[in-house]
Amino acid sequence: MFAAAAFRSIVRPKQLHLARAALARGYAEAAPSASTAAKMSFTFASPTEVFYNEASVKQVDVPTLTGSFGILPAHVPTLQVLKPGVVTVFDEEGAQTKYFVSSGSVTVNADSSVQLLAEEAAALDELDITAAKANLDKATAELSSASGETERAEALISIEANEAIIKALE
Amino acid sequence: MRGCSGLTFSRIRPRGFTMFARRGALLFEPQWGQVRNMATLKDITRRLKSIKNIQKITQSMKMVAAAKYARAERELKPARVYGTGALALYDKAEIQPPEEQARHLIIGVSSDRGLCGGIHSNVAKAIRNQIEQLTAAGKEVKIAPIGEKLRALLYRKYGSHMLVMFKEMGRKPPTFGDASVIASELLNSGFEFDKGSVIFNRFKSVISYKTEEKPVFSFDTLTNSENMSVYDDIDADVLRNYQEFSLVNIIYFSLKESTTSEQSARMTAMDSASKNASEIIDKLTLTYNRTRQAVITKELIEIISGAAAL
Repeated sequence: MFAAAAFRSIVRPKQLHLARAALARGYAEAAPSASTAAKMSFTFASPTEVFYNEASVKQVDVPTLTGSFGILPAHVPTLQVLKPGVVTVFDEEGAQTKYFVSSGSVTVNADSSVQLLAEEAAALDELDITAAKANLDKATAELSSASGETERAEALISIEANEAIIKALE
Repeated sequence: MRGCSGLTFSRIRPRGFTMFARRGALLFEPQWGQVRNMATLKDITRRLKSIKNIQKITQSMKMVAAAKYARAERELKPARVYGTGALALYDKAEIQPPEEQARHLIIGVSSDRGLCGGIHSNVAKAIRNQIEQLTAAGKEVKIAPIGEKLRALLYRKYGSHMLVMFKEMGRKPPTFGDASVIASELLNSGFEFDKGSVIFNRFKSVISYKTEEKPVFSFDTLTNSENMSVYDDIDADVLRNYQEFSLVNIIYFSLKESTTSEQSARMTAMDSASKNASEIIDKLTLTYNRTRQAVITKELIEIISGAAAL
């Protein structure tokens, strides 16, 4: 991944210049701009709750539509859309905290700041596996009895979310 | 005849006296007895009672607004972090819409309820200025007012520009679901805008708020922006989902800020209304007492002079 980034930076020096310029114009909490590689400013929030606000963490694993990947400081900038699954946050000491997210977006900027915006997020211990299984059965029943496109899509989304919850809790 | 009646009757000169007197007598005689004390005791009592009722109402409205404000401010804290996170991409990547963007969408955020000071008129004024600027530059502008009051303010002059409007805002605190309904209506409206802006009242403190504008970029602007190539591994699908999600986020953020500003403005407005009402009550009570004493004195004098005449 880093080799690819280095290659890209050679091939497209303009982008590197922009990235450097973006680094120089980064926010104050990105620490001294020389050592941004060591720190990642991580913001993880849902509309009703903030989990991390510009915190310094070591690594974050996110489930996206294109697959699950881990974000470390100095990750290449990217935008991704989340799918239902588990987000694992490894903080400075290496302790892991897991959250379940329903959907949302993740942005990795050039100055190593990461914004993880989830539509609904809950810590794993707030979820109940029996309720999830019951919801999954209900959603499967709705899928078979669904009439229109939107209803089918809603049932499929419900199934996907509940399956992810069950997988996360097991 | 004291000039308290303020009528011209007492000021008419003798020159045209007879004619005026007769006309004056016809015009003014019925009122003469009643306006003699500026207002009778009954009038003052009635007025005093109604103003006391109004004061009770404004005070209770202030309490309700204070409770709603406390809740709105509490919910604003995470919403602000969420909103700044959502806007971070646009700030850091410094996305600029292309200069020749022709189609604008202005989303005005307000509510259905009044008695909140200048909340609705500030947003309407900002929208009006923007529309004038943009139409002078030849761009096509559509507006989407959120809230009945805003729609009413803009309807007369810019009714033809209205794309879609949203009602039933302000009764309950806004949720993410509301924001997503609004965003999906806008995206499905069929108006392909090049650039959009959300105009709302940003909450600064209990006594102050500021009308601000946040930009909304369309899918095309995002794809064509040069800074976007810094971002790796993006395909059109992901970008479209991302753009739609950020639209919802920006609307949610502006709804939360707007409700907090509105509740705090309503609190201050009702507070000053109650204070004004107390001032009037004090003044009226003094007048009432004076009038009561004058009436009693008059009756006494009449009795005494009646007795003396015998």
